[in-house]
Amino acid sequence: MWDLIRANRRRAAVLVVLMAALMLGIGYAVGELAAPGAGPLGLVAAFGIWLVMTLASYFSGDRILLAASRARRVEKDDHPVLWNVVEEMCIASGLSTLPEIYIIDEEAPNAFATGRSPERSAVAVTAGLLERLDRDELQGVIAHELGHINNRDILYMTMAGIMLGAVVMLADVGVRMLWFGGGRRRTSSDRGGGGQAIVMIVALVLVILAPLMAQLMYFAISRRREYLADASSALYTRYPDGLARALEKIAGNTKPLKAANRATAPMYIVNPLKVTAQGLANLTGTHPPTSERIKILRSLGGGRLSLEGYDAAFRQATGRPVGVVPRGSLNAIAAVEAREPAKDPRSHVKRVREVTDALWQLQDYAFIACACGTLLKVPPAQAGKRIPCPHCKTEHAMPDLVL
Amino acid sequence: MTGIVLLGLLGLVAVAALWLVGMYNGLVRFRNEVKNAWSQIDVQLKRRYDLIPNLIETVKGYAKHERETLEAVVQARQQAINVTDSVIDKAKAENMLSQTLRSLFALSENYPDLKANQNFLSLQEELASTENKISFARQYYNDAALKYNNKTEMFPSNVVAGMFNFERADFFEVEATEQREAPKVSFQ
Repeated sequence: MWDLIRANRRRAAVLVVLMAALMLGIGYAVGELAAPGAGPLGLVAAFGIWLVMTLASYFSGDRILLAASRARRVEKDDHPVLWNVVEEMCIASGLSTLPEIYIIDEEAPNAFATGRSPERSAVAVTAGLLERLDRDELQGVIAHELGHINNRDILYMTMAGIMLGAVVMLADVGVRMLWFGGGRRRTSSDRGGGGQAIVMIVALVLVILAPLMAQLMYFAISRRREYLADASSALYTRYPDGLARALEKIAGNTKPLKAANRATAPMYIVNPLKVTAQGLANLTGTHPPTSERIKILRSLGGGRLSLEGYDAAFRQATGRPVGVVPRGSLNAIAAVEAREPAKDPRSHVKRVREVTDALWQLQDYAFIACACGTLLKVPPAQAGKRIPCPHCKTEHAMPDLVL
Repeated sequence: MTGIVLLGLLGLVAVAALWLVGMYNGLVRFRNEVKNAWSQIDVQLKRRYDLIPNLIETVKGYAKHERETLEAVVQARQQAINVTDSVIDKAKAENMLSQTLRSLFALSENYPDLKANQNFLSLQEELASTENKISFARQYYNDAALKYNNKTEMFPSNVVAGMFNFERADFFEVEATEQREAPKVSFQ
């Protein structure tokens, strides 16, 4: 697995450096377009922006992302099943630190992982996901997210996403300069001569092409990561059908995920933004087509699982000659036996109740166990009052709200 | 002339020594991973021992006539706690305990009041999850043990392993495929 992580890291480092170079190039171009000779100034400004962006995304990219997604942190008591499944997958993946666990109060099923390192990471799932998936499917999704954490994807995805935003923003400024700075530039380039004109043309091309290049780079890398995390999930759970079923359910959802935007979309397990133009989606989509991922996972099922097997299934399903697993990692893990599906006794009603309980607990509802076996769930508005149990009529004193 | 030959020999010895050290360290790393993986299993097994008395207390209140099954669980737990020496014996005792727990949960099907008890429900989730954790930890342990054993058996690291007494790690096996599943805790 170390080969895989190393290759992944190297690729991500290259991406970050390329993004930086692209940004510096754009900074220079924007400077030149604003006023001839101001290129170096633009370079310095771009470097400043890049530095701030990198530091901010490194130190608190995860917090920003979680806050932007309106994710709320839960403890074990809030949702024991989710907590236990994360613990289970943590053990299966060999991760030494339990990630922080978040729930997003949304109907659309989806999930993402973020963080800086395996020691500081977080997974977030939506309420809709917890309602729809049984335990095997939830294990598949959580294992996919822990795969991102274990393969060191999370930090680079956050950073690359933020830098992509910066490149697009800067190029936008350059385009504006073109429109508004046109007159001034023409008079000064007469004095500058041919050299100046070439610089201008290069700057122009860069400003137009840079956002596209940045996007393509980002997309290429995030798609491969999705496949690798799928492969990791299959190996951790030993049950690829669980993730396949989960992906089917997530892709089949028609409700929009309100908390997702263009910057956070690549982090999710399935693209939460509905793409209308299918052809364009295949070229630039941050996620590989879900149907393709499902097809690969389904063809793994049953027999023996290995990275080599996943790579072969990928090549067969996509018809592409080159696989997704780095060559050095193909034999890094011995093939393992797939397991049988486990039975989940929880009905849909029970799962919905569990999620509702978790969300209520986050909203300061009091949970009081009556001696007759009923669990009273009382909204914070009733704090300090006396409430009778609806079954046995025993009166209970509501605790005061602790703020 | 002799000086050059001597230097060359010295260099060769130094390279060989470095290579040996590297191989030794690699073996130690793999062995530590096996130990670490084993401690993961141990944590979960202890967790299960801790949960069982609670479960017995809860079930007792509803199913007084099932003494035999309850006693079998208590006994299997005690036996599993007592076995500490070998991985293989431990695995046997733990499999036994898993089986008795399964029959206890199967029996709970006949007691609707028990199945509605909050305490029982959360114990059931905890035990089912602990069972899962044991099997995932076992999976991780066996992978680590396989990697380590391959290292101790394959040339050239087997030479170093033989020199410094690196022993094979035992696998934590389950007897039948049917036992791999978590206890069937089905209701509703």
